[in-house]
Amino acid sequence: MNNAPARPAIEALNITKRYGNLVAVDRLDLTVPTGVCFGLLGPNGAGKTTLIEIMEDIIPPTSGQIRYLGRPRSSSFRQQIGIMFQQTALLAFMTVYETLATFQALYSNSHTLEALIGLCHLEDIRNQLNDKISGGQRQRLLLALALINQPNLVFLDEPSTGLDPQARRNLWDIVHTIRGQGKTIILTTHYMEEAEQLCDQVAVMDKGKIIAQGTPPDLIRSHGGGGQIRLPRSSLDKIDAPVPLKYQTMENHILLETVEVNQAVGALLNAGVDLTDMEVKTPDLETVFLNLTGRRLRE
Amino acid sequence: MNFKRVWAMIVARNREFFRDRAAFGWNFLFPFLLIGGFAIIFGGQEQKDFKVGVFPCPQIDSAQTSCTPDVLDRIRYVRYLGFKDQSVGMDKLKHHKIDMLLDTATFPFRYWISDTSPKGYIVERMLAGSLNNGPPQAMRRQAAVQARQIRYIDWLFPGILGMNIMFSALYGVGFVVVRYRKNGVLKRLNATPLTALEYLTAQMLSRIFLLLFTLCILWVGCDLVFKFQVEGHYIDLAILFFVGCLSLTALGLVVASRGTSEEFTNGILNFITWPMMFLSEVWFSIEGAPHWVKEIANLLPLTHLLAGVRKIMNDGAGLTDVLPELTILTVMTLLFLVVGAALFSWNK
Repeated sequence: MNNAPARPAIEALNITKRYGNLVAVDRLDLTVPTGVCFGLLGPNGAGKTTLIEIMEDIIPPTSGQIRYLGRPRSSSFRQQIGIMFQQTALLAFMTVYETLATFQALYSNSHTLEALIGLCHLEDIRNQLNDKISGGQRQRLLLALALINQPNLVFLDEPSTGLDPQARRNLWDIVHTIRGQGKTIILTTHYMEEAEQLCDQVAVMDKGKIIAQGTPPDLIRSHGGGGQIRLPRSSLDKIDAPVPLKYQTMENHILLETVEVNQAVGALLNAGVDLTDMEVKTPDLETVFLNLTGRRLRE
Repeated sequence: MNFKRVWAMIVARNREFFRDRAAFGWNFLFPFLLIGGFAIIFGGQEQKDFKVGVFPCPQIDSAQTSCTPDVLDRIRYVRYLGFKDQSVGMDKLKHHKIDMLLDTATFPFRYWISDTSPKGYIVERMLAGSLNNGPPQAMRRQAAVQARQIRYIDWLFPGILGMNIMFSALYGVGFVVVRYRKNGVLKRLNATPLTALEYLTAQMLSRIFLLLFTLCILWVGCDLVFKFQVEGHYIDLAILFFVGCLSLTALGLVVASRGTSEEFTNGILNFITWPMMFLSEVWFSIEGAPHWVKEIANLLPLTHLLAGVRKIMNDGAGLTDVLPELTILTVMTLLFLVVGAALFSWNK
């Protein structure tokens, strides 16, 4: 039995990318283990797309090295990866099936088209022209193109941007399925819910650097701050003793911020507070994201 | 080079061409309309090269028989236009709409020409000679030269075909590839194992197939209507057209090699196509143009394509006779391919 640790799927070693005076990626190190769905989060202009395109070998870094399965990328790298770009036009005047067949011919190893059509739910639109399909269908087709060569490593750059909630969840189902097949997925997204739903590990990027990395629960624990308990002011009317916790009194409600939500709820119960209309908000990835990158708008 | 990938790209591009019905139809209709239009304008009757305004004439624009003195009416290549009075005629003369204005109400006839109009100078000499009772005694007319008449349409037809090839090659490759670069299609293809060489080869082969296909359809269609006369061999013509298509498509690849702005590319394409249209003798001969203009024309591939095609079609030349044109076109093709491949970028 071989107990040697699996080689990382892909590593970025001291990567820098400059555009004139602008440093898009700044001496960045990143390791993505094999078989995980890895989320890359960050505000607009953080350098996510630049980093992912350097890893994909679409643009060269100014300095640094990318290693795939422990080695520098070889000429066969593109046979082994799948890419779904943030913005891509499809070949004009082609049907969905013809588009898939065209891309299939570009690879030496490929899925059968029928299997791919089934996986990405393209059955109903297989004979439709590319410019006649909806946004959700288009994203599923682009995902199918990314999977056409049965890649071990799949890059998905904001795959669900602009989709309605139904289409987004449909896309998530497909990503869940391919994650279940043991493929490594690197995903960038603006949607924290998407990252929580899909990603085993997450890295938060800002100003060209990774500022936090870990599993979503770890990041929430370490960077999420406390939970919030919100109660109507009337819920304190019938208590005999003062509430044993610090709280803020607002116009119609009181707000408690605490690291240990369960203990705080217990203390409120013991004090005889009416918890009927209590609202509890626990920290999530969005809280982590805002705590790490700030709330100031930037474009 | 992986030919399966090249073939996939050729098929994709050809599908796009054949399915874009508007562009596809226009590709055939435009040259056909041009040839038809020119056949109507210049076909049949002799061409009237000089225009002389005549006044006073009640029938505006139709002075050929009613207002023109008999002695002048017999002169060939002169068209007479009638004007009611002098002021209307003078206005036309000032704007070079006519080459001479003639007052037939007086005798001897009064006339006006523009100092800056070469045609005015010539028509003055011509009409004056006609009024002086025959040719000068110092000249004696010899027997007429016997030669097969080349109709203007026979001379023009290769020009229109060449122009169609030029536009189709440059815009079909140059413009389309830049559009693909701008909208991300090239970037997506770059993410596959397809190499730049494979992609460019496919673009070139696809375009050459489409150009030759269009050429054949146009040739057959126009020949049915206008009955062109081909003195040389069709196989020689086909070889020359193939090399010409290759050269112009390779030039398209140079334009396509860089850039993401369709507007800028359009400007570059105009910069290339307009001089070719006028200097490569698509519409008219530049015989007599300044030497430097001819030198510029010699740098353009269309000049050599049309020169060769006209030699074969109009003069019955063989492949060895057009070897200089074939050689120049081949050298240009190689040069364009090297530059295009060296500059090509998937992203920039």
